[in-house]
Amino acid sequence: MLRLALSHVERRAIAEEVVQEAWLTMLRSLDRFEGRSSLRTWVLGIVVNLARSRARAERRSIALLDSGGPAVDSLRFLAADHPRWPHHWATEPLTWGTPEQELLAQETRKVILAAIDGLPAAQREVLVLRDLEGVTAADVCNILGLNDTHQRVLLHRARSRVRNALERYFAATEAT
Amino acid sequence: MTDLPEMPCRELVELVTDYLEDRLSPIDRARFEAHLTECEACRTYLEQFRQTIRVLGRLPEESLSPEAREALLTAFRGWSRP
Repeated sequence: MLRLALSHVERRAIAEEVVQEAWLTMLRSLDRFEGRSSLRTWVLGIVVNLARSRARAERRSIALLDSGGPAVDSLRFLAADHPRWPHHWATEPLTWGTPEQELLAQETRKVILAAIDGLPAAQREVLVLRDLEGVTAADVCNILGLNDTHQRVLLHRARSRVRNALERYFAATEAT
Repeated sequence: MTDLPEMPCRELVELVTDYLEDRLSPIDRARFEAHLTECEACRTYLEQFRQTIRVLGRLPEESLSPEAREALLTAFRGWSRP
């Protein structure tokens, strides 16, 4: 819940207030919960609504269509008129050679969190719910009021950016 | 199947999430998989993408600061069913 709130508001203290407010809202309106969605979806929906209105108050608005940009920088691909390999890799993905355990090391974690933090808000919302909280695509669409295609576009952009951040990080560390 | 238009790397990287969520058309899925068998760079890309998703799923739960926890507990104690 806190992570979800933090994906909307900048300051931790405000995010914590949002979580607290969400708990109280839940307790107060538990008798109105009709079981049409799972309890978890309902709860996350409450957090999103509260966090969004706090974010509006903080003027950190959610631009729903900020999904622009390709998954990978277009400069890394050959031109469309390349005689043999049009639109194939010009600069291939750098291999990580990194055991998965290392991906969870403190330094790497910081890189990932910074990448998430740098995402446009709409992408961050979807990524946090889908990949960190493990909420299903259908529930994310309900909670955020997105259609399925848009939800997937935002998720893909967000995941691509996090992967790119990891690639940049490993390229820099393995070069030293 | 050899008649299908080739899927270049630049197109493939845009379709990875659709592929993983099984939302590609049968034709695009076949093009995607055909490309993978021939392109090591894209296999690397796909594996890194999967790794990224797995690692995101294992970021630990952010925990509340002690002050916030205390405030929450106080709020709970003060709450009683109407």
